[in-house]
Amino acid sequence: MIFSRKTMKKGRRQTVALIKAQDISKDYKTEDVVVHALQDVDFEIEPASFVSFVGPSGSGKTTILNLIGCLDKPTAGNLRIADTEVVGLGRKESAAFRGKHLGFIFQDFNLIPVLTVYENIEYPLIMVQNIAPQERKERISRLLAAVDMTDQAHKYPHQISGGQKQRVAVARALVTNPALVLADEPTANLDSHTAYAVIGLMKKMRDDFGTTFIFSTHDTKIVGEAEVIFRLEDGRLIAKEKGGTKP
Amino acid sequence: MINLFKIAIRNLIRYKRRTLLTASLITIGVVFVLVFVSITGSFKAMMIGQITDSMLGHLQIHRKGYVASIDNLPLNLNMKPKAYTKIETLLAATPEVEAFSPRLKFGGMFSNFTETTNIRLNGVYPEKEFQTVPLLTSRISEGKKVLNRGEIMIPTLLAKGLKVKLGDTVVIVATNADGSVNGKQFIVSGILESATGPGGRDGYVHIEDAAEILRMSEAEISEVAIRLKDFSSLPAAVRQLENKAAGDVDKEGRPMFEVHSWEQLSPFFNIARMIDVMTFFIKIMLIAIVLISIMNVMIMAVYERIREIGTIAAIGTLPGKIRSMFIIEGLCLGVVGAIIGDFIGIAVVVIINMIGIHFDFAQQKGMLLTATLQPADLLTISVIVIVVAVAASLQPAIKASKMEPIEALRHV
Repeated sequence: MIFSRKTMKKGRRQTVALIKAQDISKDYKTEDVVVHALQDVDFEIEPASFVSFVGPSGSGKTTILNLIGCLDKPTAGNLRIADTEVVGLGRKESAAFRGKHLGFIFQDFNLIPVLTVYENIEYPLIMVQNIAPQERKERISRLLAAVDMTDQAHKYPHQISGGQKQRVAVARALVTNPALVLADEPTANLDSHTAYAVIGLMKKMRDDFGTTFIFSTHDTKIVGEAEVIFRLEDGRLIAKEKGGTKP
Repeated sequence: MINLFKIAIRNLIRYKRRTLLTASLITIGVVFVLVFVSITGSFKAMMIGQITDSMLGHLQIHRKGYVASIDNLPLNLNMKPKAYTKIETLLAATPEVEAFSPRLKFGGMFSNFTETTNIRLNGVYPEKEFQTVPLLTSRISEGKKVLNRGEIMIPTLLAKGLKVKLGDTVVIVATNADGSVNGKQFIVSGILESATGPGGRDGYVHIEDAAEILRMSEAEISEVAIRLKDFSSLPAAVRQLENKAAGDVDKEGRPMFEVHSWEQLSPFFNIARMIDVMTFFIKIMLIAIVLISIMNVMIMAVYERIREIGTIAAIGTLPGKIRSMFIIEGLCLGVVGAIIGDFIGIAVVVIINMIGIHFDFAQQKGMLLTATLQPADLLTISVIVIVVAVAASLQPAIKASKMEPIEALRHV
């Protein structure tokens, strides 16, 4: 599915936001202390964007990605993703929503070690979306080719390099045709050459499939690859900047 | 579902040594239980067979009150010929009954003209008796396997004690129902090996000879031994015969007859129950082995794969599927342990039979135990192992499915 919804209203062309966050706050409570991880954050992200959240450690990057990824709930505020108010979703609904609309790329790749490259990409199609075998095969073949891993398809994760693992993770995130892919520090465990290659691959995937990519990073060189950059500091959104050129 | 199995099996293979150890533990447990069940079950079946097929029959019918006084062999509690006819008609109309044998039991004095001792005797129709308790002929260690009028079969201990041999003439003296005494000479035609249980040291004469000694114009009947076509239908047959016999009442309206299965007549039934209790506890031990080993391995599996659980939960795997993944791992361990255990158990039983287990039971010497494994035993034990394996996986599986993905992903 290529998510690119546009509506015509009163003769004027309007883009509907894929993500709309209003006054999002997130507090973590320890025994005596309340930590304000996010405070009154507002933002909108359009479909097919290439977005980065940046900031120092503890600025709230991972928290905001967790909230968008429906892995956590905000303490206050509204969060709308792909026409769904996600704050009120229950545990099962959140899982179903993630399976349908979201893809994830992790810093540590998080491939399933007992499955081959092919099977790792296939996993969400079988266990999450229940896609027919023929269509599974087509999608996986296309993505393997797109991430240049066709000849590694039958290797296990421990048999491939870190960069290759992250390419597999990109393919796994995209195989369900999600509207949005979230990547928390996707290049943190890669050398700079491989990191650029992975970011380039993500961008290419965005171009080819129209999927929105949101990633967090503290790597200043990688930040520049994003088209929209949200800067966070102490849990507050302090700036929205334009980065690389969106085609 | 196939994919869940594929992932579960690969995860088990991933931790080869642990999987092998756990499966081995289950296998050893299954083998021990199967061998125990096989040997004790076969011993029990063999002893029950000996008792029912060489003496008691599967069940017996007596006149009401006879069994309570059975040690005295009371002649006044025998069935009159008319009453026996009712039982004969009833049994002939019961399709479950294969054969039955009326017996006239009495106590008497046995004399070889120089020494005298007491003896318990069964007056029987030989053909009916041999049909009802077919192993009786196998107990005849010396002599012919027929019993004619004027002949007596005596237990081996008596023959040895009184130095009586085949063909010797002996005298039986018995007290009649009216208190008078009568005697009759017999030729010893057979020596019987003793058997364990009631009636195991009784002698046998023809029922018409017994009636003659007891001065009965027509033989009265002390008990009717019954053999069923299918031994497993015993409880149903007892109920059926009790119901049918309940219609026959005496002048005071009390039931005339009572029906007893071998279990109520032989003390070996208590040993059989002990064997069942031991088997039950051995199965409990197996359950404990499977439960602890699988729960241990699954708890470790969940703990070691917390990040993996977080990953699959994050990408949208529903909690039920995560739960199923771990349950299937436990199930696979149980199935593998049970199947291998079944095969090794069968092999061990075959080896035991090739070696041969001989044992003595009371007066019965050198009995050969043939261990057998019933398909029902294999099935029951396998099902127990598999069900317990699944049950043991439930707690870790539920824990895995309830993990918050965000916390699981943070786990180091």
